[in-house]
Amino acid sequence: MSAPQHLPVGREAGYQDPDPGGATTERPRQPVLSFERAGLTFPTGTTALKDIDLEVLPGEFVTVVGPSGCGKSSLLRLASGLQTVTDGDVRAATEKIGYVFQDATLLPWRSVRRNVELLAEIAGVPAGERAQRAADAIDLVGLAGFEKHYPRALSGGMRMRVSLARSLVRDPQLFLFDEPFGALDEITRERLNDELSGIFALRRFTGLFITHSVAEAVYLGTRVIVMSGRPGTIRADIPIPESHPRDPDFRFSKEFAEITSQVAHHLREGHSA
Amino acid sequence: MSASPNTRQTLLRRRRGRANWIAPLLVLLIAIAIAYLVSYVVLEPSRQFLLPPPHQVIAVFFDPVTLGDIAVGLSRTALVAALGLAAAIVIGMAWAIAMSQARWIEDSLFPYAVILQCIPILALVPLIGFWFGYDLPARIVVCVMISLFPIVSNTLFGLRSTDPGQRDLFLLEKSSRWGRLWRLELPAAMPAVFAGLRIAAGLTIVGAIVGDFFFSRGTPGLGALISTYQSRLQSPQLFAAIIAASLLGVLVFFAFGWLGRRVVGHWYDF
Repeated sequence: MSAPQHLPVGREAGYQDPDPGGATTERPRQPVLSFERAGLTFPTGTTALKDIDLEVLPGEFVTVVGPSGCGKSSLLRLASGLQTVTDGDVRAATEKIGYVFQDATLLPWRSVRRNVELLAEIAGVPAGERAQRAADAIDLVGLAGFEKHYPRALSGGMRMRVSLARSLVRDPQLFLFDEPFGALDEITRERLNDELSGIFALRRFTGLFITHSVAEAVYLGTRVIVMSGRPGTIRADIPIPESHPRDPDFRFSKEFAEITSQVAHHLREGHSA
Repeated sequence: MSASPNTRQTLLRRRRGRANWIAPLLVLLIAIAIAYLVSYVVLEPSRQFLLPPPHQVIAVFFDPVTLGDIAVGLSRTALVAALGLAAAIVIGMAWAIAMSQARWIEDSLFPYAVILQCIPILALVPLIGFWFGYDLPARIVVCVMISLFPIVSNTLFGLRSTDPGQRDLFLLEKSSRWGRLWRLELPAAMPAVFAGLRIAAGLTIVGAIVGDFFFSRGTPGLGALISTYQSRLQSPQLFAAIIAASLLGVLVFFAFGWLGRRVVGHWYDF
C-alpha cells in the first residue's frame, strides 16, 4: 500500500487541513494505521490484546489511555512491526514510522547532535543533509546550543527532547509515542505537551500516543481511546474537537473538564468490569 | 545548569585524590624503615644479601653496567608484552564479536574460553617452548594465552550491555547487523573492553617474564636478568630488576587507565 498522496510532508508544510472540506476526493480517506480484530497472545498464554479495531486517519493524533498492564505498549509494538499479531491484522500505510520510547534510549557516547543524526545515519542519508536536518530538529525541540552536550549532562526532560528530535529527523508520517513523558515531573510534562502540540501542528504527522495520564491524553489528542486491561480491549473512543496547537488554557476550560471526567468514568468502568 | 553535577564530581575526585596520595606515601616510608631494620638489625651481616638496605638497591640504578642491562631487559620485556597484548586484543575481540553474532557460535566457543582460563598456563609453558621454539614466537604465545580470557569475557559482556530499547531502535530503522555492531554494540562495549585491557596488560608482562624463565634463546628480557642475578646472589641488582619490572606493570596499568578515560571518559566514569 502506498502512502496517501494528500499528506503534506516536509517541515515547511505548516498547518494545513490534510483534506480541506473532505471534498477533494470521492473515495474515503485511507487510514495510515489500521487494526482489524487484532489480538496478541504471548507464548506464555497471556493475552495482551483482544479484538482491537482501530483506524487512525491521516492528520489524527490518537491518544490511548488505560491502566498499566492493559497492553497499551503492545499496541505500538504491533503498529511498528516490532511485534506481529497472533490474531487479526495490523496494517500501516507508510514505512516512515517514528517511535519515541518510554526511556529516551539515547546513546550515551554520542553528543546531542550525533544522537539526533543517528537514525538518518543508519538510513544512509548523506552527511551534509543529515547535519542540516539534525540542526532543524534540534531547533524545533528547543535544544539549540546544546548540540555538543552529552546525554548524562542533560535533565530527563531534555533527554526526551533529544529523543523526539532524533525521530523528527526521519520526517515520520506515522509517529508512535510510548508514554514518553511518564517519568517527568508535572511542570516539565505540561511544557513538553505544549511543545509537542506545536510540533504536531507544524509537521502534521499522524500520531498514536500512549499515556496513563487522563489529562495528557485529553490535552494532546484529537481522539482519545480508553482501554481496559487483561486482555486489553477498547472501551471508548472520544473525539476532541479542538485544533492544534492547543492553547495552554484549554486545560482550564469547561470543555476540557467535561471530556476529562468522561474519560475518567470510562476508565473506572473498565477497571471495575 | 547542567554543569553543577559535573563540577561536584570533579571536586569530589580532587579531594579524594589528595587523601589518596599522602596515606600510601606514609606506608611506603614505613616499609622502607622496616627494610632497614631487618637489613641491619635482624639479619647478620653475612646474610644481609637476603634483604639489602634500600640505598644499595637505589645505588644500583646509578651503576651504568647494571642500569644498562636492566634497560635492555626492560625494553625487551616491554616489546614481547606489547606484541603479545596486541595479538591477544585482535584474537580476543574477534573471538568475542564472533560469539556475540550467533547463539551457536557462542555455544561452541565459550566453553573453550572458560577452559583457557582454567588451565594453569604455567604448566603449558614448557610445551609452548617445545612447539614454537625457545625464542620470540614462544614468548609471545605465552603472553597471548595468559591475557586472552579477560579480553574475551569483558568484550562479550560489553557487547551484551546494550538495553532492549536501543536494540529496538536499530531494529525499527532496519539497521544491518554490521551497522548495529559498529554504531551500538562496540561503542557500548568500550568501558568493559578497557577494564579488560587493563587486566590483560598486567598479565602480559607476567607472561613475558615467565617466558624468560623457560626460554633461553634470543635477546633475554627482565626475567632472564632476574634469573641471572638470583643465581649469582647479586641481591641489590635482583631487587633493582624486580622494581623495574614492577614499575613497568604500574606504568602499563596507568597508561591503560589514561587511555580508557580518553576513549570513554566523556560518557562513562572510567
